[in-house]
Amino acid sequence: MPTIKEWVPEDFSRIPYSFYSDEEIHTQEQHSIFRGATWNFLGLESELPGVGDYKTMYVGEVPVIVIRNRESGFNALINRCAHRGNLVCLQERGNAKRLTCVYHNWTFDLDGKLASIAFEKGIQGKGGIAPDFARERHGLKRLRVETYAGLIFGTFSEKSIPLHQYLGPEMRTNMDRVLGRKMEIIGRFQHVLDGNWKLYMENVRDTYHATLLHSFFPTFRLNRLSMRGGIELSEGGLHHLTYSIQSSDRSESQYNAKDLRAVKDGYALKAPELLQGWPEYECGTTLAIQSIFPNFSVQQVSNVITVRLIVPKGPKKSDLTWWILGAVEDTPEQRAIRLRQSNLIGPGGYVALEDGGVVGWVRRGVAGADHEESILAMGGRDTERFSDSRCSELSVRGFWQGWSGFMRN
Amino acid sequence: MPNKHSRTTHENLPLNALIDGLNRRYCHVIDDGEFERWPGFFVKDGTYRITTRWNHSNGMQAGLMFCENRAMMEDRVSALRIANVYEPHTYRHLVDPPLVINQSDGEASVQTSFVVYRIMETGSPEVFCTGKYLDNLVEMDKDLLFKERLVVCDSERIDTMIIIPL
Repeated sequence: MPTIKEWVPEDFSRIPYSFYSDEEIHTQEQHSIFRGATWNFLGLESELPGVGDYKTMYVGEVPVIVIRNRESGFNALINRCAHRGNLVCLQERGNAKRLTCVYHNWTFDLDGKLASIAFEKGIQGKGGIAPDFARERHGLKRLRVETYAGLIFGTFSEKSIPLHQYLGPEMRTNMDRVLGRKMEIIGRFQHVLDGNWKLYMENVRDTYHATLLHSFFPTFRLNRLSMRGGIELSEGGLHHLTYSIQSSDRSESQYNAKDLRAVKDGYALKAPELLQGWPEYECGTTLAIQSIFPNFSVQQVSNVITVRLIVPKGPKKSDLTWWILGAVEDTPEQRAIRLRQSNLIGPGGYVALEDGGVVGWVRRGVAGADHEESILAMGGRDTERFSDSRCSELSVRGFWQGWSGFMRN
Repeated sequence: MPNKHSRTTHENLPLNALIDGLNRRYCHVIDDGEFERWPGFFVKDGTYRITTRWNHSNGMQAGLMFCENRAMMEDRVSALRIANVYEPHTYRHLVDPPLVINQSDGEASVQTSFVVYRIMETGSPEVFCTGKYLDNLVEMDKDLLFKERLVVCDSERIDTMIIIPL
């Protein structure tokens, strides 16, 4: 069972199974990845519409408060009182003018500065904080925060490059396309996954499994033969984008009864309107799955738009959240289509529910196999930046290239 | 002797008892794995949606399952029979007596608390979900049918996946 230092791979086509369960790896990921020079997704700007609106969440294992501290600005503060480490905010969301720890009433402003200490001068001249205590040095710790396309990101590290540079041009283009208008949340669902967070991110990036694990489309003959698509990786393999484009002679609305002919009698959808969408994008993209290292994903399946975050809960558990989005400008008909198509995604999604399962199945499968390795050799062993075949594990190899870069630092 | 498949409304029973009987038949059909019978509890254009307390109280429309008519429910059943991949499991529903909120002209709005245990082949029964049904019922040909069943789960978090309707 190699430690990260002992692991010197020729390429990223073999991954030790121990990396999905090892405590040391998990501990180091917290430090080198989640608190390292990465940008972590914190939420959507539209979740916090008013000044003082906050939400609490976790970046890796660290509790964080994300708060709108002024009209167009956000702060991310560690949700840990500078006094004794108590959680400052206990609610999942709320609105505050100041943040007060319930334990001893230490109060912080929306920038995390320590504003007041209860009984700072003691009672009747007795007690009080030590005279050498420097209040200005004891605020809530702050993450650096930047936003892109309505998404809030934060980093713990001074070394992180600016967000737009971290995302890179290919990733920004897709985020602009899908999210570059006023969006609103139309649903949010969470599930607990029975395995390591990396198993899920591998799955997000695994273009090979799509029609194999998820048999909904093939069973109901919903695969279109005329689609072209590909895979793009950002520099160093860190992020990925995979997409399909409907050829120009057919649009999404041409999904009709004759396309839905079943392999056997009875294998057709009785409500094929599930798949009837509208051509939302000029480029004709019908599917785009994008991952932003380490644990965030943007997804467009037909007209259903989601963002997903997977947060590790120890090496063998993780929490997955889906935000389902609509455009503020949607017509009622368009909104109805998005809601109908949301059957495809989430914990009960026709083409997504297996992804939640497979995380636990692999975890159970690799128990007792710490000296064995996973194989990622579809489409070769390289980590090129582009592929026009999606029958490939290129994006997954790219993930491990990016992962090992941070873990070796 | 009425069994779980007999749906005849007994006119001498009070509404609460009729609805309670409907709920119990509904739950037994799902718990016994007779999913093909599930859409039959709804009128043709009846709706079935699963959501969570947070989504419901924040006016979020999307659902964990979002069926706008019986045909979409039938598709849910076919998908779980022939398409989707999951570990075999069963449910055991426990339902409270129904609370009738409103009734008029052969329609009733009702809410009912439930607990659903999930039993995997590998393990003991575990609480999978608690919540309440928010229902609109109509009387049709002496049957009570769901015009709308909105399942509001208390917790936001689903363990792994949801495939069998609640």
